[in-house]
Amino acid sequence: MAYSDKVLDHYNNPRNVGSLDKSSADVGTGMVGAPECGDVMKLQIKVNDANGLIEDAKFKTFGCGSAIASSSLATEWLKGKTVDEALQIRNTDIVNELSLPPVKIHCSVLAEDAIKAAIKDYKTKQAQKQPASAAQSPVAQSVA
Amino acid sequence: MKTPIYLDNHATTRMDPRVLDAMLPYFTEFFGNAASRNHEFGWVAEQAVDKARKQIADLIGASAREIIFTSGATESDNLAIKGVAEMYGEKGNHIITAATEHKAVLDTCKKLEKHGFRVTYLPVMADGLVDLDMLKDAITDKTILVTIMYANNEIGVLQPVAEIGKICRERGVLFHTDGVQAIGKVPVDVNKDNIDIMSITGHKLYGPKGAGALYVRRKNPRVQLTAQMDGGGHERGMRSGTLNVPGIVGLGEACAISHREMPEEMQRMRYLRDKLRSKIEEGLDEVYLNGSWEHRLPGNLNMSFAYVEGESLLMGINDIAVSSGSACTSATLEPSYVLKALGLGDDIAHSSIRFGIGRFNTEEEINYVADRLITVVRKLRELSPLYEMAKEGIDLSKVSWVTD
Repeated sequence: MAYSDKVLDHYNNPRNVGSLDKSSADVGTGMVGAPECGDVMKLQIKVNDANGLIEDAKFKTFGCGSAIASSSLATEWLKGKTVDEALQIRNTDIVNELSLPPVKIHCSVLAEDAIKAAIKDYKTKQAQKQPASAAQSPVAQSVA
Repeated sequence: MKTPIYLDNHATTRMDPRVLDAMLPYFTEFFGNAASRNHEFGWVAEQAVDKARKQIADLIGASAREIIFTSGATESDNLAIKGVAEMYGEKGNHIITAATEHKAVLDTCKKLEKHGFRVTYLPVMADGLVDLDMLKDAITDKTILVTIMYANNEIGVLQPVAEIGKICRERGVLFHTDGVQAIGKVPVDVNKDNIDIMSITGHKLYGPKGAGALYVRRKNPRVQLTAQMDGGGHERGMRSGTLNVPGIVGLGEACAISHREMPEEMQRMRYLRDKLRSKIEEGLDEVYLNGSWEHRLPGNLNMSFAYVEGESLLMGINDIAVSSGSACTSATLEPSYVLKALGLGDDIAHSSIRFGIGRFNTEEEINYVADRLITVVRKLRELSPLYEMAKEGIDLSKVSWVTD
């Protein structure tokens, strides 16, 4: 199978490889796929509390070249976006950008899923954080 | 050293220049039809075909009259299995094969199932070998054929063919073996190995594509096959069609060369293969050999590189031609059924690479391949969330993965 130049570029020079502190409240982690399916993507975002922008994104991917390229591209696109803007990234955008053939579309779907999972994790953490900080105020007594 | 390096010799082999030299005159100068009995052109062609028949027979311990020419192993497998099924169908309707056979055998068996035959697909043990007791138990009074390959095309394991043949002989069942990966690579003898029918092809032993043969035993027992193509009644009526004289000459010459050079070549293949394995194992942790090491073709190495997906690995070593059991390299998106038959998890099957070392590979190439592979696997592991998790001490088999 011939790979597009963009897939090759991301494979040879993957952007933003690495890991962020998954226990940190401003980091959202998404892990999707399964080893037996041949693809696992871990995608993380770090959101700036002050301006709500994604200031860092990292990935690690077990999968074919197209899966690696899809997640690498996703991290590039995520940086500088708000969480809501990030939710607008569609797998078809990735397909178009990387010229993925039909048999590799699942790689782009996985990348979209990873973005959503990371954002969901971030939002869950934020939701837990708010009541916790509110608990310091004497009026919020109902928090378990 | 030139790149790309070819290490996919189970898929096909480069033709030996000596084979080409032998073939060339039969395209233009000696172009006769071997079936033309009444002039010089035909006689010359027939002599060349007879010589090739003898060369092939000598390599496998057969007699020249037991060699039927075909277009290749797929046709040979089809002719053997369907030919037996049709000829002996009244005696019984049961065929036994193994889960790790080539598709040319498996799909032929599946076709016969649609026509009322019953097929037993024997599982294999973790090392890829057929369990002989299981084979014995599977044979019934309706069994007419056992078809089990000599050497596997993915993991290179050599089945206990002589024992399988012996069991078949004792039970009065015909034994066909797809010999394409073994012939010319390891000693094959149709008498010592108790083989009744065997598929052969030229392009796996440095001969031409499109030239194959079927060994069909003539006595003890005398095997008969129903022809699968109708026509001029060539090849003792079993396979009609004008003979591919240059291809047959090439197949014969390839067999003669392999026969002469086998002892030395086996040693050299084994040396290169063992070197590749030990270099890889010195450079990387968590690499696994697939299939038996003792019962194996000298030129085959099949390994899995944990936490790295096969296709991405192939992409990283794009100046080396090898194959992967990864789903991404197949049309079906299923990982190798051969590796799965060994009981390997899908994740390990996805991480496998098949190295097929051949006559024209050099030690320099093997060193280069090992170094490249180690570099790329390390890079991909740095990219792999699975490797990271494993290093953190997480048991990947206990993780509940998020899938659709």
